[in-house]
Amino acid sequence: MSVDIVLTVNGTRRTIPLPDLRTTLLDLLREGLHLTGAKKGCDRGQCGACTVLVDGRRINACLALAISLDGAEILTIEGLAEGDRLHPVQEAFIAHDGFQCGFCTPGQIMSAVGLIREAQAGNDPERVREAMSGNLCRCGAYAGITEAVLEAQQAMIQQSTGQRPAGRQGEAA
Amino acid sequence: MIPFEYVRATDVAGAVASGAEPGAAYLAAGTNLLDLMKGGVSRPTRLVDITRLPGLAAVARRDDGSVRIGALARNSDLAHDPAFAGAYPAVAEALLSGASAQLRNAATAAGNVMQRTRCPYFADTASACNKRRPGTGCDAQGGETRLHAILGWSEACIATHPSDFCVPLVALDARVEIAGPAGTRTVPLESFHRLPGDAPERETVLEPGDLITALVLPPEAAGFSGHSRYLKVRDRTSYAFAVVSAAVGLRLEGGRIAEARLALGGVALKPWRAREAEGLLAGRAPDESAFRDAADAALTGAEPSGDNAFKIELARRLVVRALHRAAAGTPERLPALPGSVLAPAPEAPHA
Repeated sequence: MSVDIVLTVNGTRRTIPLPDLRTTLLDLLREGLHLTGAKKGCDRGQCGACTVLVDGRRINACLALAISLDGAEILTIEGLAEGDRLHPVQEAFIAHDGFQCGFCTPGQIMSAVGLIREAQAGNDPERVREAMSGNLCRCGAYAGITEAVLEAQQAMIQQSTGQRPAGRQGEAA
Repeated sequence: MIPFEYVRATDVAGAVASGAEPGAAYLAAGTNLLDLMKGGVSRPTRLVDITRLPGLAAVARRDDGSVRIGALARNSDLAHDPAFAGAYPAVAEALLSGASAQLRNAATAAGNVMQRTRCPYFADTASACNKRRPGTGCDAQGGETRLHAILGWSEACIATHPSDFCVPLVALDARVEIAGPAGTRTVPLESFHRLPGDAPERETVLEPGDLITALVLPPEAAGFSGHSRYLKVRDRTSYAFAVVSAAVGLRLEGGRIAEARLALGGVALKPWRAREAEGLLAGRAPDESAFRDAADAALTGAEPSGDNAFKIELARRLVVRALHRAAAGTPERLPALPGSVLAPAPEAPHA
């Protein structure tokens, strides 16, 4: 039995046939919508490579049943840039070498976007590392990733408030 | 994953009726259930999606001082609710010490209570497991037992309950509100999960169709907010299940312990309340000697279920450390690494 669900994916509302109810959000994105940015690493919620935003919150797309998300808004890495203008998190990952092979990068970036929206980590690198611990990087680009998240967060705060960024915790402002 | 029928429940009564059918399972976020279904460990033939049930995600403070945590409250929303975290800091710390930010954003309060053991032999359908297939044996025994029980286990099953959240909840006398075919009832969380005995496949007191609608903390649970901690020993600094964990709440009056609450995680197939230890602490000064006595009492009857005797001494030391940290006062702000034993501490070094 095929049913249809409605999802708003990267700003576009679409009706999507679901021929198999067992389809996860990750499989729907990759196989159904050909949005292959979200990666299938472990498929068990352990690696974070499939991280996307659902209704503004970062989750593991591999552990979400697509039919249960009927009506939701999904943001994937493909919807992050505005045309040729990269998102500040994407810019910061490039500036800080926040990747090597790139496999985990879409998940890392979407996780970082979610982290910044959650606004719980502040300027504390230790809190950022903790909040990013659901994203594994087997190349070990963690140092650059932490730097990128902190810088992107500052850039986004500055952009939205027009204020000067605060100093890193432990440093003079 | 075997095929299933999908039912989207719109009210609790409808969910219960649909969930009472043989082979049915409730679906909330599915972070644990889907994983088990992919591995063929859970094989429901009907999923009753409860995520659209109205009003079940709310955290409501009642006039009598109790708090009702809706079954569908997301782990992260609950932990980051300032009023909730301020009143029950050990619960917030436990929540944030568990899983990853992505999983906490999805996983629900009731789902956390209902999560299955992380025993790798339970998760591996090629292994014998009395919990997964009653009467087939237990391949965990004689196997890798680092995460297995030291309290309350049986020959049939040596698994542990993996929840962090449940550990401070059981210390604070939380109750589970259940809607069932015969109406609504509440049971203490302490008696909600069953010890394995000779029927480890019966994990909770839930009967077919029973649906958790809320977790309720009684008014007195907020009385421990000034001296509450959750500490968790794990094999990685973050994103790992507890080898052992401890939740502590103290009420101090005139330099003495007026009342203590203590529960252990990672040690049994249920969150383990240490009532005898709590009794020993009442009236004592909050010092090393009292804490060691409590730790000894908390581990009374502990026995290794394999190559895990180290967990008994580890749990004792963790209890002492958690009591020291609770006595020193709940931190103003939750630590950068919630539940971590590695964070700088005001008390004397590890015993």
